[in-house]
Amino acid sequence: MKAKAGAKRAVEDIVHGVFLFLGLVAVGFVLLITVYLVVSGLPAICEIGLAEFLFGDEWLPTASARSPEYGILPFILTSVYGTAGAIAIGVPVGVLTAVFLSKLAPRRLRRAVEPAIGLLAGIPSVVYGLVGMLLLVPAIRVAFDIPDGSGLLAAIIVLAVMILPSIIKVSMTALDAVPREYEDASLALGATSVETYFRVSVPAAKSGIAASVVLGVGRAIGEAMAVMMVSGNSPNMPSLFQSVRFLTTAVAGEMAYAEGLHRQALFSIALVLFLFIMLINATLNFVLKRKKEGSR
Amino acid sequence: MKRVLVCIVAAMVVLMAALGGCGGTATVATDGSTSMERVIGALGEAFTNDNADIKFTYNPTGSSSGIAAVLAGRCDIGLSSRALKENEIEAGLTETLLAYDGIAVIVHPDNPVRDLTVEQIAAIYTGEIVNWSALGGADAQIVVIGREAGSGTRDGFESITGTEDSCVYRQELASTGDVVSTVSANPAAIGYCSLASVKSNVAAVSVDGTAPSEGAVQSGEYALKRPYMLITRSGEELSAHAALFMQFATSGEASGIISAQGAIPVA
Repeated sequence: MKAKAGAKRAVEDIVHGVFLFLGLVAVGFVLLITVYLVVSGLPAICEIGLAEFLFGDEWLPTASARSPEYGILPFILTSVYGTAGAIAIGVPVGVLTAVFLSKLAPRRLRRAVEPAIGLLAGIPSVVYGLVGMLLLVPAIRVAFDIPDGSGLLAAIIVLAVMILPSIIKVSMTALDAVPREYEDASLALGATSVETYFRVSVPAAKSGIAASVVLGVGRAIGEAMAVMMVSGNSPNMPSLFQSVRFLTTAVAGEMAYAEGLHRQALFSIALVLFLFIMLINATLNFVLKRKKEGSR
Repeated sequence: MKRVLVCIVAAMVVLMAALGGCGGTATVATDGSTSMERVIGALGEAFTNDNADIKFTYNPTGSSSGIAAVLAGRCDIGLSSRALKENEIEAGLTETLLAYDGIAVIVHPDNPVRDLTVEQIAAIYTGEIVNWSALGGADAQIVVIGREAGSGTRDGFESITGTEDSCVYRQELASTGDVVSTVSANPAAIGYCSLASVKSNVAAVSVDGTAPSEGAVQSGEYALKRPYMLITRSGEELSAHAALFMQFATSGEASGIISAQGAIPVA
């Protein structure tokens, strides 16, 4: 009897150990990446100077005739503007789609559209980039009569489409969870159904919708491949029709041949990007936490 | 506990990286030009296939670093994509021509401009000439396309045309293929790529009246070219393995490998 309990205990311990190990592996990787990024990103920042690195507006890492410049302000601003632009287009479209699918759409339509949105989320970013490069960029060139269509506008449109699925899905979940009684009460008071959805359902689901926006921001700011293919990649200050470079593409584009301080500076850019994404995650956690407290 | 574990993992990673850097006994160490990566990589691979007991290393640091490394004895053979300067020869270095790298300037096939001088190309890339009409083409703003900072092709193009650090790019792309496909898609674009990468969907312009071709590069008529040099210390015997590699790299057998990588062998 005692031996049986002991064996059971041993199995329990082993399983516990395996799970602990697997859990620690994930934590270990996060710590390893964080430590590695900080260790490899800091030397260049120290050498260049934090202010000059963050607020310098010239990026000339391989200059030989004059002194090299390592200012990443254009990349930071491009990432911020690009993400803001994608949010400005993606959020209204996404949230309205979510309201329509969750509240107004006939059941059969919803059943047809939902998997399509899932599919949109599953398309690899390089495919978005390819379609953007072959269709969107030439279309912008012709539509606005400019010499070259690649630039911030093309990147914003591609990013807006890419963040749609996460915004629609998370918003829909939040809207579906709004208690039916709220809407019934509103309808009983004489509000039309559209009034009910926008005055009652959307405000009731607002923390979930906010979470979807933060998720979208996270996806947009971290995207590299699709953006690299449509944005032109010149280190210019952001402007709608100019060729621009994002934080992500600055790292990805030059890593292949960079050496010395140039290479270290790329790690520093990655560190800045990492801090941005940490900030977004912290915001997301904050929003979700407030949602939990709010629902209590 | 967690912290200890992370420390152990980190220490192991560092240790493994450090061990990986140390070579065995029979090693041919090369160091230098990043532009020569493909040619040297292919040569090194073919060389180690024939001589399985010799290890071949290549450290892509850039021409000047490679020249400094061979002078300081940190490697057997330095790799340089430019000729040695006077003071470097005086310091005790010898260069051996391995191959030429030809750079083609490409435009859209519909573009009527087919002949440019080196000065005109430099003026386009520095933003002095901004419209094709100034060169006899259509009235369209020139879309200047180049490679990312650190690329060997960009370094070669800018040093030959004398436009280092002053090029105004509309697009900086991360690969030769990207440059070719972008130029093929925009009638107002101009770009540069290695000679071997020119496809039929773009047109390579003549430079100073000479159409780009392997023959024109070898004879020296075509201006946009630069040498790939193997740098050794003068008056000092190479190690047996390094001498074997030098012999292999300059042999007729190697020229097929070199041209397969887009460079133009001398022999």
